[in-house]
Amino acid sequence: MNNALELKKLYRETVLDHSRNPRNFQRLVPADRVAVGHNPLCGDKITLYLCVNNNLIENLAFEGTGCAISLASASIMTESVKHYALDEAQHEIARIMHQFDSSNPDDATAEGDMAALSGVRAFPSRIKCATLAWKTLEAALQEITETTTTE
Amino acid sequence: MTATDPDIEKLRLDFPILAQEINGHRLAFLDSAASSQRPRSVIEAVSHYYEHDHANVHRGVHTLSHRATEAYEGAREKVRRFINASSSREIIFTRGTTDAINLLAASFGQSIEPGDEIIISHLEHHSNIVPWQMLCERNDATLKVIPINERGEIILDEYHQLLGPRTRLVAVSHVSNALGTVNPVEQIIAAAKERNIPVLIDGAQAVPHQAVDVTALNCDFYAFSGHKMFGPTGIGVFYAREEWLERLPPYQGGGDMILTVSFAGTTYNDLPYKFEAGTPNIAGAIGLGAAIDYLLDIGMDKIQAHETALLDYATREISTVDGIQLIGTAAQKAGVLSFNLDGIHPHDLGTVLDHQGIAIRTGHHCAMPVMEFFGIAGTARASLALYNCRQDIEQLIHGLQLAIGMFRS
Repeated sequence: MNNALELKKLYRETVLDHSRNPRNFQRLVPADRVAVGHNPLCGDKITLYLCVNNNLIENLAFEGTGCAISLASASIMTESVKHYALDEAQHEIARIMHQFDSSNPDDATAEGDMAALSGVRAFPSRIKCATLAWKTLEAALQEITETTTTE
Repeated sequence: MTATDPDIEKLRLDFPILAQEINGHRLAFLDSAASSQRPRSVIEAVSHYYEHDHANVHRGVHTLSHRATEAYEGAREKVRRFINASSSREIIFTRGTTDAINLLAASFGQSIEPGDEIIISHLEHHSNIVPWQMLCERNDATLKVIPINERGEIILDEYHQLLGPRTRLVAVSHVSNALGTVNPVEQIIAAAKERNIPVLIDGAQAVPHQAVDVTALNCDFYAFSGHKMFGPTGIGVFYAREEWLERLPPYQGGGDMILTVSFAGTTYNDLPYKFEAGTPNIAGAIGLGAAIDYLLDIGMDKIQAHETALLDYATREISTVDGIQLIGTAAQKAGVLSFNLDGIHPHDLGTVLDHQGIAIRTGHHCAMPVMEFFGIAGTARASLALYNCRQDIEQLIHGLQLAIGMFRS
């Protein structure tokens, strides 16, 4: 059962700060890659813009609407993978998805602001909120143009 | 009976699930529009049936089969009385409202020709949109949508404009699940009947809250679900006027819906069995019958008066919350408070409230076109049933204040 402490862990100050003032929250024009992610269950929608140069994510930004968890996750993601090589970013996605998967033991691999989102593991109904941005990034890396959904 | 009546406290004891704590708090269950809870009498009727009376219906000559058939058909008669249909031949048991609407779309749909028109409203649940969309696509017909105003009310003048020579059916909800708007179904039906156009009413959100009389309404079809009216899941009702059921082709083929089968051809069973292929949800029907007994024992007028008073109280209280935006402010409403809170996403609100023991629904409520009309992705929805009381509302308001403290700083 969830308790008040778990709720505080879910909505840590870092998460609330990112959701209130999302970083890299803008449209990038021109962008080399654009991907759209949608969570049809709650209506969260984000558009992710990537500028890629020499297999390096030179810049990325996002726009969209969503709950505190999905906005914070997207905001933190844009900060954490900026300047990553494409294959490094792919590796990071796998690591983060593993971290959010509540069936895995908590191996505490998350670092920095991303660790602030680890509280979501106690809320299975909210994990899709946290993974939306990362699934959208994966679509951008794979140059998938259809909307990515969490379902 | 008022919202503070001690009767409600007594009545809450009939619902075992309400006695528990959720996340260390008293459970304030405000999600009955999604699915209501069951009184002990319903739970016991279902288990009594399984413990003592189960066998297949309409088949065996043995005692248990006879008992099961009596109980199942007894439930049908209870449904007939509950909605004042003229014959139990007009009561078809289905899996729920969605199944009932799909039955009509599949059966009645066979006569729909290219260029025909079906009218629905902008307020509909997806279950009263998608089956008609699918039919229109299949038969090259056109779906027309009655617009709504900013209060979430159907615009009747626009509806009258939509009725035309090619209109074959009008399908509208009695009460909107997303906003709680009570639609002027009497006027909608009357206008259609002037042109001999049949009308389906989706009554899923009406039957738990008010007396429904299909004869007085003069509708051709009426659909509702057991689980939203304190009965089991997986059981629902499709009411249709007998003359329609005689004319309409069967929905599904199989056992129980036939009189004789040979490879040369099949003769269909009498009503209502022509529309009930396969072994039905016997326990579900019996549970639904027990739910009807429970509702009638309290009295639908009393239930409606209690819920109206409670909704008025809840609307007043929630309107004082800073940054609240009520979605759906129709003059006639039943049982639903749909709202958004400035700076707090409904999904986050749902999680925080759950931690206070408050169960609400968040999201689009299977009515995406309604959300689109208001330019929002979703709402938080608190919905009422006969067992809700002022304490539930006070707990909700307290929970909202707590969420505001967390998210707005």
